Parts: sequence; structure tokens; C-alpha cells
Amino acid sequence: MGHRDKYETVIGLEVHVQLSTKTKAFCGCSTSFGDPPNTHVCPVCLGMPGVLPVFNREFLVCAVKVSLALGCDIQEKMKFDRKNYYYPDLPKNYQISQFDMPLAFSGKIRIMPPGGDVKDIGITRVHLEEDAGKLMHAPEDSCSYVDLNRTGTPLLEIVSEPDMRSPEEAYEYLVTLKRIVKYLDVSDCNMEEGSLRCDANISIREKGDPGFGSKVEIKNMNSFKAVREALSHEQDRQMDLVDEGEKIPMETRLWDEKKCITASMRSKEESHDYRYFPEPDLVPFEVEKELVEKIRAGLPELPRAKKFRFEKEYGLEDGKIENIIAEKDVADFYEETVKKVKNPQICFNWIKGEVMMHMNERGKAINELHLDPGDLAEIIIMSGKGVISNLVAKDVLRECIDTGESPDSIVKKKGLEQVSDEGALDGVIREVIDNNRKSVDDFKNGKENALSFLVGQVMRLTGGKANPKLAGELLRKNLQGRE
Amino acid sequence: MEKAYTNINDFRDWINGQDRPLSELSKIMIDRVKSINDDINSFISVDEDLISGCAAALEKQDPRGALWGVPVAVKDNICIKGRLTTCASHILDGFRPPYNATVIEKLDKAAALLFGRANMDEFAFGSSCETSCYGPTRNPKDLSCIPGGSSGGSAAAVAGGQVLAAIGSDTGGSIRQPASMCGIVSIKPTYGRVSRYGLIAFASSLDQIGPLARNVEDCAALLEIIAGYDEKDSTSVDKEVPKYTESLGKDVKGLTIGIPAEYFGEGMDKEVRSKVEDAVNLMKKLGAVIKNISLPHTRYAVSCYYIIAPAEASSNLARYDGVHYGLRSEACDDMVEMYTATRNEGFGAEVKRRILLGTYSLSSGYYDAYYLKALKVRTRISDDFKKAFEECDCILTPTSPSTAFELGEKMDDPLKMYLSDIYTIPANLAGIPAISLPCGEDRKGLPVGLQLMAGPFAEDVLIRVAHAFESNSVK
Repeated sequence: MGHRDKYETVIGLEVHVQLSTKTKAFCGCSTSFGDPPNTHVCPVCLGMPGVLPVFNREFLVCAVKVSLALGCDIQEKMKFDRKNYYYPDLPKNYQISQFDMPLAFSGKIRIMPPGGDVKDIGITRVHLEEDAGKLMHAPEDSCSYVDLNRTGTPLLEIVSEPDMRSPEEAYEYLVTLKRIVKYLDVSDCNMEEGSLRCDANISIREKGDPGFGSKVEIKNMNSFKAVREALSHEQDRQMDLVDEGEKIPMETRLWDEKKCITASMRSKEESHDYRYFPEPDLVPFEVEKELVEKIRAGLPELPRAKKFRFEKEYGLEDGKIENIIAEKDVADFYEETVKKVKNPQICFNWIKGEVMMHMNERGKAINELHLDPGDLAEIIIMSGKGVISNLVAKDVLRECIDTGESPDSIVKKKGLEQVSDEGALDGVIREVIDNNRKSVDDFKNGKENALSFLVGQVMRLTGGKANPKLAGELLRKNLQGRE
Repeated sequence: MEKAYTNINDFRDWINGQDRPLSELSKIMIDRVKSINDDINSFISVDEDLISGCAAALEKQDPRGALWGVPVAVKDNICIKGRLTTCASHILDGFRPPYNATVIEKLDKAAALLFGRANMDEFAFGSSCETSCYGPTRNPKDLSCIPGGSSGGSAAAVAGGQVLAAIGSDTGGSIRQPASMCGIVSIKPTYGRVSRYGLIAFASSLDQIGPLARNVEDCAALLEIIAGYDEKDSTSVDKEVPKYTESLGKDVKGLTIGIPAEYFGEGMDKEVRSKVEDAVNLMKKLGAVIKNISLPHTRYAVSCYYIIAPAEASSNLARYDGVHYGLRSEACDDMVEMYTATRNEGFGAEVKRRILLGTYSLSSGYYDAYYLKALKVRTRISDDFKKAFEECDCILTPTSPSTAFELGEKMDDPLKMYLSDIYTIPANLAGIPAISLPCGEDRKGLPVGLQLMAGPFAEDVLIRVAHAFESNSVK
């Protein structure tokens, strides 16, 4: 299909980020996730008659953090609006949101699409709003159950400019956005749990056409992968239609994960007049410049900046750095370790290898591992000095994570010091040679691999404690010395 | 006993002189309410057990709260924890709020005996107390007439001698106009002076809770108790509450009272005009300086109000949908049917009318021409007052263009009904305080109300001037 060349895809993304503030946007209820239904609600978030919202300042602080990290300008005045529509998960049948004066606007983030050049994606706006509850459909009971725990949770809506030109760029945008927001420690950014949600707008046009084609909104994508797949499918669908001379109706389509198609959402809710008007229960206020500057000064080093610095300071290759900077905690852990060990490459290997393996195995974040950079540094240094063998070092790491004991005490307690004394190894060397005649013969006949096998046997018999290099030398000496 | 119901001081004398326990006295109070209620229907219901229970609990209180044992009526749109609060609407059938309005907490602390539920126009939409789903309230001065609205039940209960005082809500005149029609005193505080938390919202930027009582002193005492900053209400203002009772007994020598030309034009009853002019003359005699002023944007006030208030109301009443509390219609197979059937059954005609009006003026394509425009006009009206208060201490007008009209007289003509708010609406739009007090009667014996308005948080000036007038006017 040659239409890939004829057309250009235009994509914009709307991302909702649920903030992990202590309490909800307009009341004191907890924002915790996963509790029994309707257990953290109060008259205010239930929208009972006579209640009034009270703004949670922590919400503003988190919102400013994110907005600054996305390079946005901050509005001078903070104003809320009511977005009016009916749905059972929205107790007041209006959502407190922001319409014409979003907190932030005109930002951008830089993405690195695979196989492409660095590109800036504009951020049109960032605004504050409250989340709705959840409906659990129970067709067997002919009804839907309403859980309002989530009602009133603070949300940030981040709207991008329609600057993305492919599903892959959309994917990269999401990865980059998530990374930045996670660095700020204001959200779990977990699409499975719903703390990050994404709707997409996609249209196509002929290359060179300055106008925009019919925009289609895509919803119900539950992972970054789904976003990429849905947009890829939709892009093709639209191009096929236009090829056939058809018009693309402006509509909302839902991504069907099972069938891998987008389907039109035939619903009366489609063309909504939200009748926005300024929220009279919340008085507009000034966003103090001092507050914004204080937050700006307190922003952590963001992923891009960190990446450049790691390249320069630690000489790590571009491709490798991604692994370490993906999570701020891992990057910080790495730097603390390098401070002590002074060898960036070895620290990288250990964290990318053993430490991450433990994280995955146990399903834990790096700071949940009972391991601090000092411990890791100790292990690496001991291994480097030959105090313990590399193999043993890995075991010590595991033990350290399991028990929380210091590596030093583990090594001493278990007597794991590497045996580097020739005399101590003599007996084992002779035993291995005596019991492995075939390998010995293989080696003598020129098979170098056989030596590795024999070294392995020495390691086995010494419980991993022998210095493998020394063992190899001794074996070679012994075998070459004999007939 | 009759003397006890003249004012709070007399009541206090009576109750302090009683040997009988408060729980027994409360039963006497309840019987009094019930017997008078047959004629005027000012109470939708009286929760006898609850009131007696409260009385029993207050028995041992020492020292006694400022309003110990004083019966105070509560309008049916102010939430009392665990008690039916339904805004005189079927859509809130059975609703018992799980919390108290802040003003209720304050009255509880003052040890008042709270008598819910005073009748009102449904959701406070009305000027005659005729749209309540529990039937109209009648004016104690003339049972064929309306008591005014929307706080008609509150006003009638005070005027009819059932209670000593009441609290109501005022969005466009709903405390002042019924006070005027029933011949009692009431105050609409500055917007933000009294917490709205627990007041079932009509128009959020206009609503205020205020006191109704037999005289200025009692109103002042009640206002002192219910006013104050509330962190649960972001629109309440963190400003110290003055001792309003200290403004009593002062003269008005040298105070400037503005008379706005726009409030004395056409449409006012001859007898209302005559009584208000008498009041102006009395003020002159008492030493006030009378100044003619102009509030040029007055003529836009009613239109402005009837765009802003219904718009906010349409949004505030969206939550009554049968999902969470109150009425849920039986006749429905799906969600949309549930919404429409419930709201159709639960809301009365005037409520539906205003919701439609409000939705329309907010809708896409009309927002700029109506709602946004109305907000701009509102600023102009507010500016008129700002300017006026640079040259006067308070402004004097009639409260209502007429005395109490007959039941059913204006029900067929909503516009005619809306126009009866013409003198009270501007104070809500500007957020300024206003007081209404009796200044005479017409030939039929129906009370005429005098309104005084002052600048933001100048309730003390209102009380001072009102009390001076009251003390010196012929009873």
C-alpha cells in the first residue's frame, strides 16, 4: 500500500494523571487505592445537599511541579469552572475543572523516537480537575454498582499539541511524559491501576496540506502498547477510507483490545454541551510568584539533563544510560554507588545485572530491597580486590538483600573469603586432576575448554571460594608439567 | 405566656423563672407551635421527640448558653443532622443529612431549641411560599394572604408567635420580603459573613443565611451567634464578628441616609410609599442627613438576577437525580429514564421552570449573550453601591412594592411574581448587607416593610439605624 507516502498522520494526546496527594482535591478524604467500595468518602465528595468544596493546596503544588517540568508558563490567577454533565459516577453531576484559564500552557517535551531525530512535542495546556467514581457493571444483577472512593481524587489533564506524526512518536511521548512525572514523585503513573489514562486524537492529511483532516478521538486504550497499536490500526483505517474516496466522520471510537480494531461509540453522550461557567463556591486566587519560583528551584534534575550529565561524567554509552535513568531512584542509587566505588562501568554492570534481577524477582523497587548503595559498593570493592570471588559476590548480594546484614559480616560469618593461597589449593587441584581424567586428556590434546571445566570443578569443591584465575594457572602448571 | 413570646429577653425572664424542667417546657412550646400551625401551616413537620430530647440534654447545662431553651425555627433547606431536610420538595423525600450546617452547630452551642422544618418555596424558588410541595403557608396577619417567600414559614412562625426567632436563607430577598409582609425584622448579612456550609444551595454566589425575629435586638443577637469565618466554606470571609448588640441604643445624628430615586418610581403601592416616606421624615427628625442619590443600573437588576440565579441553580440542582439519596422513580428501565422520571416527579413547576431557564442561559451559543453579559451587569450594579457608600452611611428603600397579596394572586404570572423582588435583589447581586423592619400598616392592617442597606460588613450601621428607628416609631 503506497499510502504511507502520500499521507501524513497527525496525533495529539490527552493524558490524565492521578496525583498521589494525601487527600482529595476538595475534601479531606484519603486518596488510597484498592479499598472496599465507598469507604473513603464524606458528604463533600459525595456531593450531598449543602456541602461545599475546599481546595487542597498540595494539589496546586504538585500541579505547578509538573507544569514547570513540562516547560510551561504558569497562569497568574487560579480559577475553577464547572463542567456540567450527568453520569452516576459523578455525584454532583458536574465536575470541578478548569476551562478557559488552565493552570499552565505553552510547554514542550523533547522526545527521541526510535530511528528518528530528537523532536519537541508541544504541551498546549495543563489543568486541574477532580476525578469521578467508578461504575462496576453487573449484568447478572441487571444493574451497575457505584463506588465513589475515587470521586474527588486530584487529576491533572495534560493536553499535547497535535505534533506527533506516528504511533511510535505517540508511544515515545507517553514514555517520556511518564518518566518526567515519576521523577517528580507526584503520581504512580500506572495505566493498569488507572493513575495514568490516555485518550488520543488522530487525523490524516495529504503531505504538504497545511490544514487538518477530520479528527477522530480514540478511547479505551489501557497501556502504552495499546495506544501505539490502536493508533496504528486507526491510521490505516483512515488512509484506506480516504483512498476509496470516502470522508472520515468526526467521532469517538473505542479501542477493542481483543479484536484489535477501533469501533464507533454510538452514544447519546457524544456531542456534549458542558455549559462551563466559573465555579462560584471557590474564590479565584493569585498563584504567588514566590511559590512558583520556590517550586522551580526545588525541582529534581529531570531525565534529559540527567542523561547528558551521565554521558559526560560517567562515560556511559547512550543506549546503556536509558536503563539507569528510567527511574530516578535507580539513577540516584547508581550515583551513590559510583561515589564510593569510583568505577562507573562496573557499577553499571552490577546494577543493570544483579540488582535489577533481584528487583524483578521480588517485584520490588530499588529502595524496597534492604540494600543501600554503601552495601553494594562494599561488595563490588571486595570482589575487585579479590577478597571474594565474583561468584561469591553474587551470593553475598542475595544474602544481603534477604537478611539486611552487612556484606562484611556475611563474608566473615560464612568464611567466604576467596582462597588465593597456592598451598591451600594444592590438594584440591590434585583431587580434580585425579578424578577427571577425560578432561585432563582433552586439555592435553589441545581442548582449551576442558580447562574451564576443570576450573569449574575446583570452584565446586571449594564452595566457590577459590580464586578462579589462580586455580586456572595452577591447573595449567600442573598439567603441563606432567606427561 | 404570651408575654414570653414578645421577644427573647421576655422569654428568658419567663424561662428562668420556671421550676419545671426544660423537657416539660419544651412540650408546652411544641403544643403552642402545633395549635397555631393549623391556621398558618408554617411548619411542614415538628419533630417532637427530637426537640424534647434536646431539651432534656440541655437541662443540666451550666453556664447556660446565650439562647438557652429559646425556640428558633429552621428553614427546611438548612441541614440538621439526622433530621428530615427536604427543601419542601418531593425529590428529597426521606433525606436526612448525616451532618449539621455550620449555623446549626453554632445555634446548638448557644443552646437554642431548634424547631425544624419551617415551610418554604420549593428549593427557595419563590416570593410567596406557595410552591412548597406541602402546601402554602398563610400570613398570620391575614390568613387569606401569602406570608412572602421563600422563607415564608420562618417569617410566619415568628410573626404568628410560634417561636421567638428563625433562620432563613436569602438569595433575592427571601428573608427580607417575608419579614416585610409579616411585620417582623430580618437581616440578610454581607455575602461571606455567615457560612453557607449546610445550606442546600440555590444560587451559590447570592445565597446567605440570616435571622428573623420580633425586633432588631433579637436579630442582632442571633446574627452575632451565627456569623463568622468557616473553613468549610471557601466563600466565607475571615473577618472578626463585631458585637452587634453594642450598636443598639445609639442615635443617628449626623449619619447620612441615601434615598435612591430608582426605588421610588412606578410600581410601588401608594400606601407603601406613604409609610416609607413617613419613615424618611422620622429619620430626619432623629438627626440623620437625608441625601438623594441615584443607583442608575437598578432597572437591570431583576433581569440580571433571573439569569444568574437560575443558571447557578440549574447546576446546583443537577445532583437530584435519584442515584444517591431522596426520591428515585419506580417507573424506569434504564439510567436516562431514571433521571428524567425522578426529576419530573420530584420537582414542582417553578423549579422546573428555573432549571430550564438556567440551562438555556448557560448553553453553548447563549452563554456570552446571557450569563456572561449578566455577570458584567452585576459588576455595574455593585459599582453603583460602591459609589453611593462613598457619600452615605446607608441607603433607605421599601422592602417590597406591595403589602402581602392574596394566595393564588400571582401564581399564574411568573413574571409578575419575579418583579415583586425588585427592591431586594440588588443587595444580593452586590453582596451587601440589608435589614428589613416594620414601618407601619396599610388600611387592611397588612404590614409595610422598610429596607436599609449598607456597605460590605457594615451590619453594625444597619442595626444602629434600624434600632433607632424602631425605638422611636409609633407602635
